[in-house]
Amino acid sequence: MSVVLVRIDDRLIHGQIVVGWVQALGVKRVVLVDDAVSGNEWERELYTLSVPPGLRVEFASVVEATEMMAEWMGSPDRTIVLVGNVETIIELCNGTDQIKKVNVGGLHDATGRTQRLPYVYLSEDEAAGLRALGENGIEVTAQDVPTARPVALRGFT
Amino acid sequence: MSEPLQGVVVTHGGVAQALVEAVKGITGDNGGLVAITNIGCSPEALLDRLDTAVGTRRVLVFTDMPAGSCFQAALKEQRDRENLAVVTGVNLPMLLDFVYHRDLSPGAAAERAMSSGNRGIRSL
Repeated sequence: MSVVLVRIDDRLIHGQIVVGWVQALGVKRVVLVDDAVSGNEWERELYTLSVPPGLRVEFASVVEATEMMAEWMGSPDRTIVLVGNVETIIELCNGTDQIKKVNVGGLHDATGRTQRLPYVYLSEDEAAGLRALGENGIEVTAQDVPTARPVALRGFT
Repeated sequence: MSEPLQGVVVTHGGVAQALVEAVKGITGDNGGLVAITNIGCSPEALLDRLDTAVGTRRVLVFTDMPAGSCFQAALKEQRDRENLAVVTGVNLPMLLDFVYHRDLSPGAAAERAMSSGNRGIRSL
């Protein structure tokens, strides 16, 4: 399959992804799944500007991503699918059975969240949502950069 | 005469702080440059840091890469402000030149920073 990473990261497209993960996984395309960004021309332009040459960025709403996931999985282009929050990944996993692995890459401190790892803060609802994905057979691990050791779900929820 | 242009360096890790310290060590500059790190920041938190540093001043924002969270925050800040320009690929020669030319407009200073930064890159 050529969706090589499905990642939750509230910074969306940023340095760890466009440099670290793209290099490590030989990625050609990043698909940003976010209703707000996909509906905002200025933000789409911002994220398109924010990638090095040779890397393609595409945008999708959650509904579009649900429909496109099988096609992305079968595409020859090695792809990262990126979402900004736990809610979106749950919607996506409910809408398609294509996703087998989820990488939790970075969720920062916010009201109602507690620290789980140096780069992961979750509310109780978010932790429960990720555990539910795990119970449905999806492998959920936390890992900020490619050289780090993945942390199993029970280690941060 | 208007207030001198403020430089704000926003980067990954400790790069900004180290660069600003180096400029201080070399030139004695005090206050011409402010350093911001993205460490531990959500996009909103980073934008808050940048917004606070910019205030109401005329500013040139230096970012490390033309990509990533620092670059995005700089462009978001630029969208909402007049008198703010952004230049990427910050390096020490660029900043050293900047602190001696703070009478320029943000746009002119950005052009100047591109030249001085480029001149600092040599293959020998």
